[in-house]
Amino acid sequence: MRTEKPQTAKVFSFHGGIHPPENKAQSLQLPLGKPSLPSELILPLGQHIGQSSRPLVKVGDKVLKGETIAINNGFLSSFLHAPTSGTITAIEERLIAHPSGLSDLCIVLTPDGNETWTDLEPLNNWQDISKTDVLAYLSEMGIVGMGGAGFPTQVKLQGAHKNPLTHFIINAAECEPYITADDMLIREKTLELVAGIEILQHLVEAENVIIGIEDNKPTAIAALKTVLTQRNSDIQLAVVPTKYPSGGEKQLIQLLTGKEVPSGQYPADIGVLCQNVGTCVAIHDAITQGKPLISRFTTLTGDALKSPQNVEVLFGTPVAHLLEYADYESKKLSRLIMGGPMMGYTLDSAAVPIVKTSNCILAASKKELPAPAPEQACIRCGMCEQACPASLLPQQLLWFSKSQEFEKAEHHNLFDCIECGACSYVCPSSIPLVQYYRHSKSSIREAREANVKADLAKQRFEARKARQDAEAAEKEAKRLARQKATTNKATDAKKAAPAKATPTAAAAPATNDESKKLKVDIAIGKSKLKKLQKQLLEAQENEHVEEISNLQLQVTDQEKAIAALEEQLAKTPSAAPAAPAANTEKATPAPVSDELKKAKVDVALIGVKLKKLQKQLVETPDDQELKDKIAAFEADLKAAQDIVSKLSSNAQSSTNATAAEPKAVMSDELKKLKIDAAIAKAAVKKVEKALKKAEEIKAPEADAIRQQLKEAQQRADELEKALANPETAAPKAAPEKAAPTAENTDAEAAKKRKIDLAIAKAGIKKAEKNIQLLKDQGKEESEIEASEWPKKLIEAQQKLAALEAEEGAPAPVEKTAEPVANSEAKAEPEMDLATQIKKEKVAVALAKAQINKLNKRLESTPEEAESIKQEIAATEQRLQSAEALLEKLIHSQTNMQENR
Amino acid sequence: MLTVLLAIGILVLLSLIFGAILGYANVRFHVEGDPIVDQIDALLPQTQCGQCGHPGCRPYAEAIANGEAINHCPPGGQSTIQALADLLDVEAVPLDGDHGTESAKRVAVIREDECIGCTKCIQACPVDAILGAAKQMHTVIADECTGCDLCVEPCPVDCIDMVEIGVTAKTWSWDKPQGIAATSLDIIATDRQAEVAH
Amino acid sequence: MTEYLLILVSTILVNNFVLVQFLGLCPFMGVSGKLETSIGMAMATTFVLTLSSLCSYLTYTYILQPFGLEYLQTISFILVIAVVVQFTEMVVHKTSPLLYRVLGIFLPLITTNCAVLGVALQNISKQNGFVESILYGFGAAVGFSFVLILFSAMRERINVADVPTVFKGSAIGMVTAGLMALAFMGFTALVQI
Repeated sequence: MRTEKPQTAKVFSFHGGIHPPENKAQSLQLPLGKPSLPSELILPLGQHIGQSSRPLVKVGDKVLKGETIAINNGFLSSFLHAPTSGTITAIEERLIAHPSGLSDLCIVLTPDGNETWTDLEPLNNWQDISKTDVLAYLSEMGIVGMGGAGFPTQVKLQGAHKNPLTHFIINAAECEPYITADDMLIREKTLELVAGIEILQHLVEAENVIIGIEDNKPTAIAALKTVLTQRNSDIQLAVVPTKYPSGGEKQLIQLLTGKEVPSGQYPADIGVLCQNVGTCVAIHDAITQGKPLISRFTTLTGDALKSPQNVEVLFGTPVAHLLEYADYESKKLSRLIMGGPMMGYTLDSAAVPIVKTSNCILAASKKELPAPAPEQACIRCGMCEQACPASLLPQQLLWFSKSQEFEKAEHHNLFDCIECGACSYVCPSSIPLVQYYRHSKSSIREAREANVKADLAKQRFEARKARQDAEAAEKEAKRLARQKATTNKATDAKKAAPAKATPTAAAAPATNDESKKLKVDIAIGKSKLKKLQKQLLEAQENEHVEEISNLQLQVTDQEKAIAALEEQLAKTPSAAPAAPAANTEKATPAPVSDELKKAKVDVALIGVKLKKLQKQLVETPDDQELKDKIAAFEADLKAAQDIVSKLSSNAQSSTNATAAEPKAVMSDELKKLKIDAAIAKAAVKKVEKALKKAEEIKAPEADAIRQQLKEAQQRADELEKALANPETAAPKAAPEKAAPTAENTDAEAAKKRKIDLAIAKAGIKKAEKNIQLLKDQGKEESEIEASEWPKKLIEAQQKLAALEAEEGAPAPVEKTAEPVANSEAKAEPEMDLATQIKKEKVAVALAKAQINKLNKRLESTPEEAESIKQEIAATEQRLQSAEALLEKLIHSQTNMQENR
Repeated sequence: MLTVLLAIGILVLLSLIFGAILGYANVRFHVEGDPIVDQIDALLPQTQCGQCGHPGCRPYAEAIANGEAINHCPPGGQSTIQALADLLDVEAVPLDGDHGTESAKRVAVIREDECIGCTKCIQACPVDAILGAAKQMHTVIADECTGCDLCVEPCPVDCIDMVEIGVTAKTWSWDKPQGIAATSLDIIATDRQAEVAH
Repeated sequence: MTEYLLILVSTILVNNFVLVQFLGLCPFMGVSGKLETSIGMAMATTFVLTLSSLCSYLTYTYILQPFGLEYLQTISFILVIAVVVQFTEMVVHKTSPLLYRVLGIFLPLITTNCAVLGVALQNISKQNGFVESILYGFGAAVGFSFVLILFSAMRERINVADVPTVFKGSAIGMVTAGLMALAFMGFTALVQI
């Protein structure tokens, strides 16, 4: 049963407090006033604690009464609504009600006088929907705590759920002198207040709901009692004795619950929630009527006003307008205060607007509120300690504040000071204690902020430094690596000191390093090229003409670069073969694999020693011992060379190391060719794909594509054949010693032939497949193409046969230039002609490079002139054919472009 | 004569022993790093502006620990000097004007339509508070800017302004009260005479 | 046992080194500006005083006396004290950075604290034994710490008090110290033997 609970709650007491003259009667003589609309409403964006709201309107917008004009900006922020209908005339800096007397961003609204309400959407189902939704709704209605601080209500209510709520306290104490706004509100809106409390109780579900009210408001108490009895409510009414500052949140909590909010904590931490009566009424209006917070009750009082009274005033109303309304006498007015005489602050200008937290305008005369007496020295009377409602030591705090010992002030719980002004009020020396505390508090806050900022800056600076150091270290490491590489080269050269004696050995590792680098470069270049080709193909498919030409240019460049690199690569190992003929005895094979290195170094070392001994021998020709040593070393050298040659090729049985040289060149060229072949094959695949696509959609280009395919395949074949060429060319490099070399190359060649065989077989399969495919499709087409495909098939089969024959008879078959010439005849236009052209260009470049190379060799080794000349001739032939092909390709390309 | 020699000998012996002990302790209990540097560094404003002649606040903290004057930090101003003096137990001295003067807190602002996107200021900023890329307009993250001025010099088009951070209602702080009027402090006759002498 | 207790009472209250014997006045006036620093100084002094009175006793008894070099006591005590202070600083710096941060800069200052040398010399003149010497040094240090901390707490108050201009700073500090010394005279008849 509800009646079990006593309607009046037990009242405790709190330490300190004062009894200043109340001065409340003046403003209660007149009924609630309703001032007229002012000429403009100034709505500051920061009317609450936390982030300022963000304006939703522009200058010139027409707004209706209750329309949202600014929304919350973050968690601790609030909405703002138009207090009346009208036009937004400015969003600018205006003086605001703030102790600093500074300006802040405000929305200025010029009322149209119609007071047209926007569509109101009350939250009638607040009991059914989730509490979070109700809180969100309250936030959108711009509800903030109306007691003083303007703490967004939804945030406070959310925080209330931290601990089980034992007490929900409604603050109706209104302890500050002069102010009667809450008194008037309770009298005028008793029912709304109680309904609002019920809504809040539904939201927070506290064990006890207590209204705390001072005993100097008998009318309000009576009204509340009546309503509570009528509604049979279980809300308790606690009448507390009049004492300043019983309306302070923590003090009221102590009065009603006997519990003290611990230092640095919030009421929610001890299970208490406190709300102002104004907030409760605002919540009621918002939920049941859909009215956002656009007005409040404010007390206009002071001796300078002829008709002091309470008014319900729209937010943004300038103070001057209200003073006008309450008939102020400018002669009498000495200080204009916003808030009460204890906690309020002096206003420099009457232009400032009323905001959500303005509960009183005190227009005081000189007699009423005399200027503060000059500060005197503290006499240690201890009255401030007696008065302090927060049980602090005001005198100590004063000293610490005066001597800027903020750390100690904090230790003495400066931040628990509620700035009620009781200590200043009782001080016989008229020391403005609260001002000192406020100054200390803001200094501490500033220092904290500066500290946070300094920490942040330090962090960022250190992170930056770490990053820079890492970068520098990386660079240094790279530099060292490079240096090491060069010194390695140097030491390699030193190791192979034979530089003078056996130039081959010295050249070998160096060239090896270089060629490695070049190879990497080439690989990178090729991958770039591939990408570009892909892009080009895509562009061609999509027919982006501009892109095509651009990409083609890039492709050409890239290919040129690769060609140059390859040329270089080809040159590097080829430097090796130049020397060996000169010194066959100590010839060291050019490096082929890493495994060989060690053996080679051995050879080189032995070679060096041998050379030295030989030199000595020349000097002292009679030394028998030396001769013995030389003999021994020569034996060693031979053994080492044996190992090297064995390693360099399993099949190589020859003891003659010179054979290795041409092979090195060969293998490089082979690689190149293989890569080319791979590219060509990829091209073939691409074209095949394109063909399939074209056939699927029966495109007229199908024929052209098919021809391209053929071309590409031919190209691939050609390259495959070319693969065999160097092998066959190789023996020519050293025809004098050809007999043993042939054997060596045979094993390599055999491998390659097998690969070729496999490729050829695959080619046959492909051709057969294609024929099948074409047969499956339109007959006519197949008829047209039939003649080509079987031809292709036969060709491939022939090639296979040839290869198989080669396999049988390991003598390399001479077909250097012929296949090129053959394939050239069949050259036909194709879609990625450009790629082909480039490839051809590369081939030309390569051929030229080879000719150059051979010419050089011819100069250096005249004894091999015969064979080299032959080779040159062969290469030139190849070059010519490649050039012819290139020309044709270019021609067809231009044709195609013209057709296009 | 013997006693004199004996006395000298004993003293020398003592000194040697003690010297040995101290020498040993110095090696045995050698400590790397100086905790005082951290404390000094914590007091510096961390603008990393280099006005003290050191590349950043920590190097200056190290320099102070090694005996450099404590009044070379204009961004920290007199309050930092006071804090350093308290920490190091030395006399607080006025700010050394050679290193700049104490000025209001400032923040760099890039006139964005004039920025050519050269990234020079980005490289200069010690706290990475400038955002931008080559040939893109740059902007300063005001919250991270320490107002160190270092980005102004490198800008080839002079589009960086150092703007003073004004006091807003949010950052405003209460003034310290006047305190006891000077006259009421004149407790004894000499105070009043001193007043007259001034 | 009573004898030891008497030594403590004597050194801490009755014959307080600072306020009655006027030794160690430099740190007493110099380091009493802030309570925290004075506590640090008090701890450091206690530590060093006890240790140095022990060491100086040993030096005197086992090195100077056997050779009849008693007249070298002053110079050798200074040596001993300097070494003890330096050694202590190093050890504390290495072993307990926290304590070092508290004692930190005060340790070297103690070398010049006349109370330390005074205790060593008085140990000799009073012909204190081993244990007595240690107790005497310890008691002197406790007495020093006691008045230093009291005085610094007072000075903190005085700093924020409204003092006539001419008395501001050290002047009022000296006056206060004098008043404290007067107060300590009250302990003179504390023990009746």
